[in-house]
Amino acid sequence: MSILNTEKLTVGYGRKVIVGDVTFSVNRGEILTLIGANGSGKSTVLKSILMQLKKISGEIYIENKDIEKLRLPELAKKVSAVMTERIAPELMTCREVVESGRYPYTNGLGILSATDREKVSEAMELVGVGNLAFNPFSQISDGQRQRVMLARAICQDTEIIILDEPTSFLDIRHKMELLNTLRKLVREKNLAVIMSLHELDLARKISDRIMCINNGISERIGTPEEIFSGRYIADMYGLDGDSFDYTFCTAELEKTAGNPEIFVIAGGNPEIYRHLQRKNIPFAVGVIHENTIEYPVAKALATEIITEKPFEPVSEKSVEKALEIMKKCRSVVNNCKRFGTMNGKNAILLEQAEKLGILRNQADF
Amino acid sequence: MKRKLRYIAGFSIIAVGLVILFIVSLTCGSVRFSLAELMEIFSGNGDIMGKNIIFQIRLPRVIASVLLGGALSVSGFLLQTFFSNPIASPFVLGISSGAKLATAILMIAFTGRGIILGSVALVVSAFIGAMSATGFILAISGRVKNMSVLVVCGVMIGYICTAVTDIIVNFAEDSNIINLHNWSVGTFSGTDWVDIKIISVIVTVCVTSAFLLSKPMTAYQIGEGYALNMGVNVRLFRLEIILLSSILSACVTAFAGVVSFVGIAVPHIVKSLFGTAKPLIIIPACFLGGGVFCMLCDLIARTLFAPTEIGISSVTAVFGAPVVLWVMLGRRRRSGV
Repeated sequence: MSILNTEKLTVGYGRKVIVGDVTFSVNRGEILTLIGANGSGKSTVLKSILMQLKKISGEIYIENKDIEKLRLPELAKKVSAVMTERIAPELMTCREVVESGRYPYTNGLGILSATDREKVSEAMELVGVGNLAFNPFSQISDGQRQRVMLARAICQDTEIIILDEPTSFLDIRHKMELLNTLRKLVREKNLAVIMSLHELDLARKISDRIMCINNGISERIGTPEEIFSGRYIADMYGLDGDSFDYTFCTAELEKTAGNPEIFVIAGGNPEIYRHLQRKNIPFAVGVIHENTIEYPVAKALATEIITEKPFEPVSEKSVEKALEIMKKCRSVVNNCKRFGTMNGKNAILLEQAEKLGILRNQADF
Repeated sequence: MKRKLRYIAGFSIIAVGLVILFIVSLTCGSVRFSLAELMEIFSGNGDIMGKNIIFQIRLPRVIASVLLGGALSVSGFLLQTFFSNPIASPFVLGISSGAKLATAILMIAFTGRGIILGSVALVVSAFIGAMSATGFILAISGRVKNMSVLVVCGVMIGYICTAVTDIIVNFAEDSNIINLHNWSVGTFSGTDWVDIKIISVIVTVCVTSAFLLSKPMTAYQIGEGYALNMGVNVRLFRLEIILLSSILSACVTAFAGVVSFVGIAVPHIVKSLFGTAKPLIIIPACFLGGGVFCMLCDLIARTLFAPTEIGISSVTAVFGAPVVLWVMLGRRRRSGV
């Protein structure tokens, strides 16, 4: 059953609409991730759900109750947040920052009960910052800070947690740790998480469903499999479809244009293509199988490329085509250590290059 | 546990200071009393002159310095929290000067017509002036988020208000000027029991209200967005804070004129003493600490070059301004900016 849903939600600043027609629902035990370009309005949507921004039109429901009819302290027991705003609370220890999450449950002066203190310790242990309890918040690292803020949100004891770009500023290890913790939390406590992420690969790995904010609307919503099929993602970010690797969600830098100067015999690590791109040398690649790890990089960076269907042996026709291009090139570099059953014919290219005396090492460039 | 001990120690230090300074302030002055004489006067014996000096002059003055000093410190702490700016205070942001200008206008306009203004009218006019200055500051802070720009604007507003006050004073009649001048340098002298009654009502209500806002204030210290997420009605809270701090600084200005630097210095000294910025601890500590600080400054102001009295601001600035420098340098060192 959905715990939070919106209907034709339009959000923005004042009367200026940033994102319109946002309709989605999120269930308990589910992570919904918002992706979209900078300035597309991911944060605006999240802030509106948190009532930090007044929505322009449409509805937001929590457990089928209109969010605007909830009183703020009630809402505080239903939704907690990790925001992007960098906070600098004066003279506060990490534990005191986490303790503020118990705010909705404490008495008029905000004094914590034994239960509150227990929940705080529990949350800090859960995200692995128990040892930081008495450290000043201003003196811990970004990674620790983000975890402290997550602990704060956890001990607020809500069924919904909203996180705005929680992985920004974190190195890869801390990114993974944070997301692993989040996954564990969702699984163990059956929470609903709505967050925004910039890293497409991470969004793809952690999300149960993904919502794409683009062109001022929520363009698509679906499972990662649905969202990351076809060329949609590259189009959405305005990326050149050829420079984007759809499998790993990474993009290559701009290719060097011009007639190929170097011909690379395919069959190894993709680093050589990036090397030539950095040196501003246009190059051709062949014959390359379309299911190899080097293929997406080669396709993104080579000016000409001769390919072979997956699992088919390199055909004579392809080799001929490759030879034709190779002969126009100044030099040839071999990227293949061993020719096997499927790419045996590429050996012909190497032979010819040696015969023509244009074979070079990668180190020469 | 360690923290609790520190809080207890902090409050003990302030309490001891309060008691000692209270006694010293009552005994010292142009007429000196021994402790025994003081006891005698308080037990109802003692001579008439001694009673008069203590009950009509010194006691109201000392009580005023404690209450108003406390009020200024709490007002400063509220403003620092509101703007998340460590050097915000009624003086730095021009709020005191705004209050002074409004009061000066009112004083001259009415005393010129032979009407002597009551304390309440002074407080109301000071409050209007304080709110106008705060209004300016709020308008600016809505546009620029930069901490130093805000402070510079506040200082400028302060200068403008002071300049206009000076011009008005120039056009005033002699009798008003003497009255006004004494007040405009800032002093706790001349406070009577009627004033004390009004001051204690205003200060008690405001400081208690501020203390009761400790919980949302803690949330607000973490950040506006988070405060809202924790269920704080941020708009209402901001309004309450601004009103309370303006009333407090208006009250001080109405009765003692502009007193500089107390609003910055005391909250910072207190925060370092207690090692926390928790409103639950710091608001009462600020109030008491401000009382001790102003009592000490007033004692120095009236005894250092006795029989000549120096303006209270001259003394508070000497002690307060270095604290501001210490805060700025210390922050820079800590945050590495």
